[in-house]
Amino acid sequence: MNQQTAVKYAYYPGCSLEATAREYDLSVRAVCEHLGIELAEIPDWNCCGASSGHSTDRRLAGNLAGRNLALAEGMGMDIAVACPACYIRLRKAQNEMKQDEKQRDELTNLTGLSYNAQYNTRHLLDIICNEIGLESLKDKVVKPLHGLKLAAYYGCYLVRPPEIVAFDDPENPQCLDALLDTLGAEVRDWSGKVDCCGGSLSLSKREMARRMVGELVEMARRAGAEAMVAACPLCHANLEMRQGGANGNKMPVFYFTELIGLALGIAEAGSWFKKHLISPSGLLASLGL
Amino acid sequence: MQYFDKNGVAVIEANFAEQVKEASGTEINRCYQCLTCSLGCPSAFAMDYLPHQIVRMVQIGLREQVLTSSTIWVCADCQACATRCPNEVDIVRIMDVLREISLREGFVKERSVADFHRIFLGNIEQWGRQHELSLILKLKLKTRDLFSDLLPGIKMLMKGKLKLLPERFKEIEKVRDIFRGAEK
Repeated sequence: MNQQTAVKYAYYPGCSLEATAREYDLSVRAVCEHLGIELAEIPDWNCCGASSGHSTDRRLAGNLAGRNLALAEGMGMDIAVACPACYIRLRKAQNEMKQDEKQRDELTNLTGLSYNAQYNTRHLLDIICNEIGLESLKDKVVKPLHGLKLAAYYGCYLVRPPEIVAFDDPENPQCLDALLDTLGAEVRDWSGKVDCCGGSLSLSKREMARRMVGELVEMARRAGAEAMVAACPLCHANLEMRQGGANGNKMPVFYFTELIGLALGIAEAGSWFKKHLISPSGLLASLGL
Repeated sequence: MQYFDKNGVAVIEANFAEQVKEASGTEINRCYQCLTCSLGCPSAFAMDYLPHQIVRMVQIGLREQVLTSSTIWVCADCQACATRCPNEVDIVRIMDVLREISLREGFVKERSVADFHRIFLGNIEQWGRQHELSLILKLKLKTRDLFSDLLPGIKMLMKGKLKLLPERFKEIEKVRDIFRGAEK
């Protein structure tokens, strides 16, 4: 895309990025600044309701997501979302409200905000791959991630359901693989890329999450990966928290924006990795990264 | 619970499928039991009935058995079933509807999951955004499971990954209006 045009988005970080996924938020902001993506955080955004909202009360879920959509529409920009669980909730509400005037009216009655579904909601992976483009990203790589063997993990809500979120194939997505390849990493093909890690049950059904994470990590390891790459704060926390095995043997998990930051030579990248529960510093040091 | 009458015949509610169809907006009778949903379900190992069985049970009206099942709560909400269904049966939406009814009528089998959802939403109503530390602590008190995850929890606190206090939120009354609106 044209270097001169600044791309500007209304940024919706989501609750996890304020706490357990702090390093995701920091790396998103640093990388976007570096790539010429301007993020204006939606003022006074609220929680999207996540799985708990739509699992128990559909109208509540629509209106919680809808308030954020309406606030962003007031800013006159498309929305950039970091968390796939927020992304699917906002996209779902956007689609439903686009088709249903009654739902839009209800939102306005409750929040005093008008909403006409005029702008789009996009995930940052989509924006970086398809708006900035991998060619343009490649030009900015100063420290290629040579020798880093990675499994790209998409999880659920970046790819499913395709009628709501589709910017890649729902069964065999490629954009994260292509992005990591652009950064110079060795991307391993594997069959777990869209399997669920059990993140929504990580706190309420620990043993289930342990088993689901264990199977994924084992699959990634068999494919020859030394680390996994996620684009979701819930997957990341779950993959770190619920991974079994001795401490030295656990597989590190990166956010895709952290690796972009590392390859672009952004100085503070080292401080993001310090926040991980499974430290990737040994692995990175062994490769001179 | 009365799943069977005194002659051993299953108790059915004939219009249950119709109710679920109405509430979910999905054509539940299109299911022809191909098992695609169950074969790809990541939570299947923890379910008492597999997803295709739940759909069949709804079709024939085994209302109470469905609403008291573990399945509807250990579903991880991964959307694989509905994405892969060849007949476009929106099983995700069906699960949502079944959870809603199960909660409303007090049938919940997996308390920890329902407690999680309730605490999660309660926090949003209180603060506008999720506050992860209090979500974890409240769930621990509620499920009387105080000592698991202590080490990673402390590690997260030390790394600044769990905020002690919720963010300040300006228009909290607007968010509470949304909750009040949902109750009506």
